[in-house]
Amino acid sequence: MNFTLKIWRQENAKAKGRFKTYKVENISPDCSFLEMLDILNQQLIEDKIELPVDPIAFDHDCREGICGMCSLYINGRPHGPEQGTTVCQLHMRKFKDGDTITIEPWRAKAFPVIKDLMVDRSAFDKIIQEGGYISVSTGGVPDANAIPIPKEDADLAMDAAACIGCGACVAACKNASAMLFVAAKVSQFALLPQGKVEAEKRALAMVAKMDELGFGSCTNTYACEAECPKNISVENIARLNREYLKAKVKKADRKREGGGFG
Amino acid sequence: MTRLNSKIPEGPLHQKWTNYKANQKLVSPANKRKLEIIVVGTGLAGASAAASFGEMGFNVKVFCIQDSPRRAHSIAAQGGINAAKNYPNDGDSIWRLFYDTIKGGDYRAREANVYRLAEVSNNIIDQCVAQGVPFARDYAGYLDNRSFGGAQVSRTFYARGQTGQQLLLGAYGALSKEIKRGTVQMFNRHEMLDLVLVDGRARGIIARNLVTGTIERFAAHAVVLATGGYGNVYFLSTNAMNSNASAAWKAYKRGAFFGNPAFVQIHPTCIPVHGDYQSKLTLMSESLRNDGRIWVPKKKEDAEAIRAGKLKANDIPEEDRDYYLERRYPAFGNLVPRDVASRAAKERCDAGYGVGPTGLAVYLDFADSIKRLGKEVIEGRYGNLFQMYEKIVDENPYENPMMIYPAVHYTMGGLWVDYELQSTIPGLFVAGEANFSDHGANRLGASALMQGLADGYFVLPYTIQNYLADQITVPKFRTDLPEFEAAEKEARDRLQRLISIQGKYSVDTYHKRLGKIMWDYVGMARDEAGLKFAIDEIRKLRKEFWENVYVPGKMEGVNDELMKAERLADYMELAELIARDALHRNESCGGHFRVEYQTEDGEALRNDDDYKYVAAWEWKGSDAEPVLHREPLNYEFVEIKTRNYKS
Repeated sequence: MNFTLKIWRQENAKAKGRFKTYKVENISPDCSFLEMLDILNQQLIEDKIELPVDPIAFDHDCREGICGMCSLYINGRPHGPEQGTTVCQLHMRKFKDGDTITIEPWRAKAFPVIKDLMVDRSAFDKIIQEGGYISVSTGGVPDANAIPIPKEDADLAMDAAACIGCGACVAACKNASAMLFVAAKVSQFALLPQGKVEAEKRALAMVAKMDELGFGSCTNTYACEAECPKNISVENIARLNREYLKAKVKKADRKREGGGFG
Repeated sequence: MTRLNSKIPEGPLHQKWTNYKANQKLVSPANKRKLEIIVVGTGLAGASAAASFGEMGFNVKVFCIQDSPRRAHSIAAQGGINAAKNYPNDGDSIWRLFYDTIKGGDYRAREANVYRLAEVSNNIIDQCVAQGVPFARDYAGYLDNRSFGGAQVSRTFYARGQTGQQLLLGAYGALSKEIKRGTVQMFNRHEMLDLVLVDGRARGIIARNLVTGTIERFAAHAVVLATGGYGNVYFLSTNAMNSNASAAWKAYKRGAFFGNPAFVQIHPTCIPVHGDYQSKLTLMSESLRNDGRIWVPKKKEDAEAIRAGKLKANDIPEEDRDYYLERRYPAFGNLVPRDVASRAAKERCDAGYGVGPTGLAVYLDFADSIKRLGKEVIEGRYGNLFQMYEKIVDENPYENPMMIYPAVHYTMGGLWVDYELQSTIPGLFVAGEANFSDHGANRLGASALMQGLADGYFVLPYTIQNYLADQITVPKFRTDLPEFEAAEKEARDRLQRLISIQGKYSVDTYHKRLGKIMWDYVGMARDEAGLKFAIDEIRKLRKEFWENVYVPGKMEGVNDELMKAERLADYMELAELIARDALHRNESCGGHFRVEYQTEDGEALRNDDDYKYVAAWEWKGSDAEPVLHREPLNYEFVEIKTRNYKS
């Protein structure tokens, strides 16, 4: 298969970017999208098509759809045309021979470009640091079977926990909101007895951090769910909103009663 | 010999760890605040260790090469984590988990280490549940288990096919908590270039900031490497693209011994190679062997017709299928350990019974289980794996059997460590896959996650104190010491030299060539002539690499090719050590199969009289031969037998 690639090139965070056009030929339909970029880079390096030689920088690691490192915006869609798939698991057979494919980095204020198709997603780590965990220290915990958890709750928690933190939800959202990402983490713990203790504090702190870091607000377009490679449901956003509201009300109550919160 | 002291505590097996903890030195809270620890790597071992050190009050600096600590390759582990909980009431115990692990490792692991691993396995499950890891549960709300290879009990806890992800996110949560508290400082997109020794002790690292390209110095009272294995030496493996051995290799070149490098695990159930553009191989979890049956056609002409595309798997009638694992190993059937299953697949394919376009594949068939349990149950258990298979192969595994073939997956070998997980360099500790310690010559499924978290949560937090207790009066190190200066210069010069070669071929071109030598001669079947040939070829290739590799770009800024070149330069040396270790070990054991040493029916033939030891190699220079040190393995508590999975 042959393709024309329009790829975003940007030297560094401060430089101005632009699209450049490349051609790749004789690509096997069983080749993955990232392997197709490997082939292009190999040509750039060994055939020295253009000087100075500057292979395309893109993030990738496990290439099994689980690490969340890959982050390409292909023909206007995060992770490309196939539903429920990271770009590393996307194969060229999903395209037509002769296609022109546009490849860009995630576009969001909170995810600045580092080089070409690489972006800085450390804002996600910062949100998690605000409470995306149960504050238990190592040791001194009860037996794993001490607290039975209804299978339905455990399954729903697992559905939410499947988030790989890739940022496709942010890239898909016209407001660059991180609500689905935050909602998935808040939901996972809100559904489990172990996580309920800190549920209110968690929801408030994570949402506040998300706002502070420049992510936009959620206007319920559900683009995030549609583009999520792990099919994380927007029902988690509804759960986050409930948790958040509950926490706000309780916080206000406690203030009235003269107590502190958290 | 004198330099290898495994420091195994006195006493009966089940009291060794208790005795150790009772007698070890501790560091008071006030002193912990004065001490600094560097942790390199944020997989299960690194993240859990760093979080635990932070909780205890140490000052911790953590490094990872990815953009976030959550992306370390532990995340890709699928099937599960073992523990001796015996929740299913099927006869499990700490002893049995210990015994299965020792036996699975073909009697090439230390008893005391493995027993401790089994002992703390239960704490891991408790800890993870407390962290909110959503393990699979039954309808009563209790934890569910499944079986893995090399065991006759169900002791594997799992979170769908994403157990590694969930455990890693648990450890990442704990790490994030400590970053927020300020005990842990995180350095993402940083790659370690060298280890710094001051007066013979590990006192810091040199790392490259992968965004700016700046080479930076970091000092501490102790250094922990949790940097994973070296499977990517083979180019094609189930490892992540950025997984590499450079941190461990630099430590080796600074004086840490390398243990059992030849012990490489080739996993039986991976998606077969399909093209030369392929960048990596994808594992299909061992858990699939709970419900999948492995077979090839009984008749050669059927296999030939399948390869030619004239017949399909479903055209072969039941009586013409050879379920070779069930045939050869009735007691364990499809759940024999990985090394056994891999060799059996290779044997069938080499004999001409392989399927798929290349003939290098066997079937993993779920038809019987789907008939017995229904498609929904199978989907519930393995849905995400089936989906992944379909995406890659473009074939529906509910309707056609999967095609699988062995691939490089895990390395049992690694930096030699004593019972305290300390290397031969004082102050350098090694955890998880990066060390050689617990799996002998073959690791059992679902034991990597167990070991990573055991090391990080429950072993290092104790043993590192025993070392640091002597360091409380040592002031914080400054990075302007001449040792740091020299190490940084060396690292910088090496990178600059790689860029200045300006040769013809890319790093990948050389890496693929190295991988082919390794797979062909240092892979699943090894022999003396092949290994000698491989050593020569690797040396030639290394020379050519240093003369003709082309690394574009500059020292500054993002430069992936430069880092790939740095890693490959180390693989070129490590590859030779693997081959040397394989050549010296004149026996077959676990994943190390020397064709000269096999039984009449093709099983591995150990030589306990001459090789019941850990081979720990000492660096002597790029062109000098490494020196072999032997740590004898004494089996005081188990009787050494020939592994038997037949009856």
